[in-house]
Amino acid sequence: MRMDKAATTEISELSNLDKGLINLLQKGLPVCERPFAEIATTLNDMGIRTSEKEVIDHLQALRMSKILTRFGPMFDAACLGGAFTLAALSVPEEDFEKVTEQVNSFEQIAHNYRRDHTFNMWFVIGTESQAEIDEVILAIEAKTQLPVLNTPKLEEFYVGLYLPV
Amino acid sequence: MSVSTCQSSELTPLERQYILATQQGLPIVERPYDAIAQKLGISVEEVLKLTKNLQQRGIIRRIAAVPNHYKLGYKFNGMTVWDVEDEHIQAFGRKVGKLPFVSHCYERPRHLPHWQYNLFAMVHGKNQEEIRKYRSQIKELLDDVLVKRNHDSGQSSLSKSNDMLTSTQILKKTGLRLKK
Repeated sequence: MRMDKAATTEISELSNLDKGLINLLQKGLPVCERPFAEIATTLNDMGIRTSEKEVIDHLQALRMSKILTRFGPMFDAACLGGAFTLAALSVPEEDFEKVTEQVNSFEQIAHNYRRDHTFNMWFVIGTESQAEIDEVILAIEAKTQLPVLNTPKLEEFYVGLYLPV
Repeated sequence: MSVSTCQSSELTPLERQYILATQQGLPIVERPYDAIAQKLGISVEEVLKLTKNLQQRGIIRRIAAVPNHYKLGYKFNGMTVWDVEDEHIQAFGRKVGKLPFVSHCYERPRHLPHWQYNLFAMVHGKNQEEIRKYRSQIKELLDDVLVKRNHDSGQSSLSKSNDMLTSTQILKKTGLRLKK
């Protein structure tokens, strides 16, 4: 994969090594001094001939082309001491753009998605404390004049995105 | 990479420094932990020990790469939602979480009469067909434990035991970060 093509790289252009790397590294990297040497060994065992250096070069290119958006420790955000919730609004179609701006204007809104349902706007609120979550919800209700559906997680059964290529 | 084992949000000053030094990502070099060790003023052995300890406590879920869904061809995601009988939510929530195509699975509160769903499972696919198929596989698993609500209550939307909310547009996406 060449750098100058990086921005437009399509999945069909990925080599077997790239695909192997994407699949392996989503599952996780061993914690040791030279993890990419171990990854190279694993890939060789899978029949993909490579070296530590080649793994590093390809991984850098995948990161550069934004096929990989992040590489490193995945922290459980709740363990870091913050408070989070998933919340939704049922927004009248004609107000959708205005309400999107109103909701997104809160810096505590991390993600916001439009979804095909009566509750058509779903967003994650991330704050330092539970009290701040409640404040943000009240502020959103005041600003949008719409009731917020608040669905904080009660129990986590699984978290682990894996998209094989 | 399964159930959260996080017991405490108490972090030592060194652990906070570690998080601040790594939450933007690890350098992709031969010895990625050397730079962290230097920043924290400790040895590489200590950085590795700290990493493993944070992993054991569930504060680090895993050291991994996150792909761009769209670039890998996963252009569709569906938030499947289910009205599961309370006494079965634990056991069946875990079962749904074990399905290979489910990326997140949570119990969340109902808000009757507007929202009857208490189990959320996120699925990802390359086309609409694929996520529809995943939804029906979850349906098969949950069929016997879904709540059957009375149609006569005048709230016809409540009679649905499940739904799938497909995302049609990303309105905002930023990372969650520990502040200094």
